[in-house]
Amino acid sequence: MITALVRVIKYGIQNFLRNAWLSGATIVVMVMTLTVFGGLIIGNIIARTVINSIQEKIDISVYFKNDSPEDEILRIKSILESLPEVKMVEYVSKEEALSIFKEKHKDDATISQALEQLNENPLLASLNIKARQPEEYSVIAGYLNNDSIKPFVEKVSYSQNAAVINRLNKILSISRNGGMILTIVMTLIAILITFNTIRLAIYSSRESINIMKLVGGSNFFIRTPFLVEGVIYGIISAFLSLLVIGPVVYFASPYIKVMIPELNLWQKFMSDILVFFSYQLIFGVGVGLVSSFIAIGKYLKD
Amino acid sequence: MIIFQSVSKIYKSNSHSVIALDNVSFKINPKEFVSLVGRSGAGKSTIIKLLIGEEKPTKGRIIFGSWDVTRLKQSELYRMRRHIGTIFQDFKLLPEKTAYENVAFALEVSGRPEEEIHELVPKALEMVGLSSKADNFPRELSGGEKQRVAIARAMVNNPDVIIADEPTGNLDPINSSEIIKLLLKINELGTTIILATHNRDVVNSINKRVISLEEGQIVRDEEEGKYILF
Repeated sequence: MITALVRVIKYGIQNFLRNAWLSGATIVVMVMTLTVFGGLIIGNIIARTVINSIQEKIDISVYFKNDSPEDEILRIKSILESLPEVKMVEYVSKEEALSIFKEKHKDDATISQALEQLNENPLLASLNIKARQPEEYSVIAGYLNNDSIKPFVEKVSYSQNAAVINRLNKILSISRNGGMILTIVMTLIAILITFNTIRLAIYSSRESINIMKLVGGSNFFIRTPFLVEGVIYGIISAFLSLLVIGPVVYFASPYIKVMIPELNLWQKFMSDILVFFSYQLIFGVGVGLVSSFIAIGKYLKD
Repeated sequence: MIIFQSVSKIYKSNSHSVIALDNVSFKINPKEFVSLVGRSGAGKSTIIKLLIGEEKPTKGRIIFGSWDVTRLKQSELYRMRRHIGTIFQDFKLLPEKTAYENVAFALEVSGRPEEEIHELVPKALEMVGLSSKADNFPRELSGGEKQRVAIARAMVNNPDVIIADEPTGNLDPINSSEIIKLLLKINELGTTIILATHNRDVVNSINKRVISLEEGQIVRDEEEGKYILF
């Protein structure tokens, strides 16, 4: 069994090397499809970062009436925190609100002076609420209308921003679904192109397959070298596609940073390069292997 | 021992059917040298295709040794084929393998150990006179040389029978007679040979059993026969 395995692996490598022209052409096509596949992964990373950063900016603020006791506000905070839709609740007291306000406007002399002339703190205490899913803000806003909360509430920012948040939610879900469909379609195309290329490569060996059958080769003996070749195609193509994608990411990274400041694409690419490479490898080897297996099956049946 | 029992083969297409073999029966004993002769389309190649299981008969039974060829599953055929050496008009060498590797392949598929292969392949190549071309690819060999590689491959496994389908069809008379001499030599060493050919000179020089086919039927079966055309 081990002898047979060694032999079929040897055949696979031998065929790969001796059909250099055909192997080269197959690999070129696979590198291109793997580059598309890699591009999709990177595109998804960019899209997700954009979507997340927009989501991060959405929240609801509840401002409490000036005379609301802090105990009540903290009680409401803990109620809100127990809701399944709520991801985080942040309490900003009157004093904190004032210091944030001062910090923000420290260069503006008029405002600072106006504040000093006021003897009391004009700002309200508030709770900033972030939902787990952007669609859930309306649920949370509805909950704030509850009779145990409502008497203390001065205003809720959601009612002002509801239209914007809703529209953002729509855009986000469309881009998420669109991205997914695009990824699936492009991946399918990549798989089909690779499959067809390998099918053609094996088609050119159909005479050899027939001869091997006549000489008494078992299906295992005939099929496995082609599978080995498929794996070699996958490994080499994964490496080469990385060599194509790497420089592109390196040069594009600064431009992407201008548009999306929180994303350093090159750094992310380098820190996740092993994960990224294993995606490429799994895709390349997987498609190479399965394509070879299906394509050769046709000649082993009859 | 090879037995054909009332074997018929009919190729059917949409509009008509062609009778390639019509109720053919014969027996070939071990160590025999049998020539199958007849014009193109007489049924020689059909007999060979049926014998190696490349096609199934429409009717009848074919026995090869302990195998009932007509009942073998596709996946079991390869075991039987390791006991048959085949030689074809178009050589059927693997183009990406050297002469040595082509011969070794027949041993490798049947799982022989490397030491044995290293010993048997050079011997086989020596017997066909191609020791010096062991590392050449088929494209670097002449027709006669290719056919001799094919013979080395067919015999290296020490098969029970060697089937040669028009082995001299693509060769000049000198190369042809060398190939036939090789087949006779292998036969003397104890291997059954079935030679299908329409080359009269070749058949008449052999002086062994001849089965003559015409339109899918056996018209003559003679020991020390000649190729007689009507």
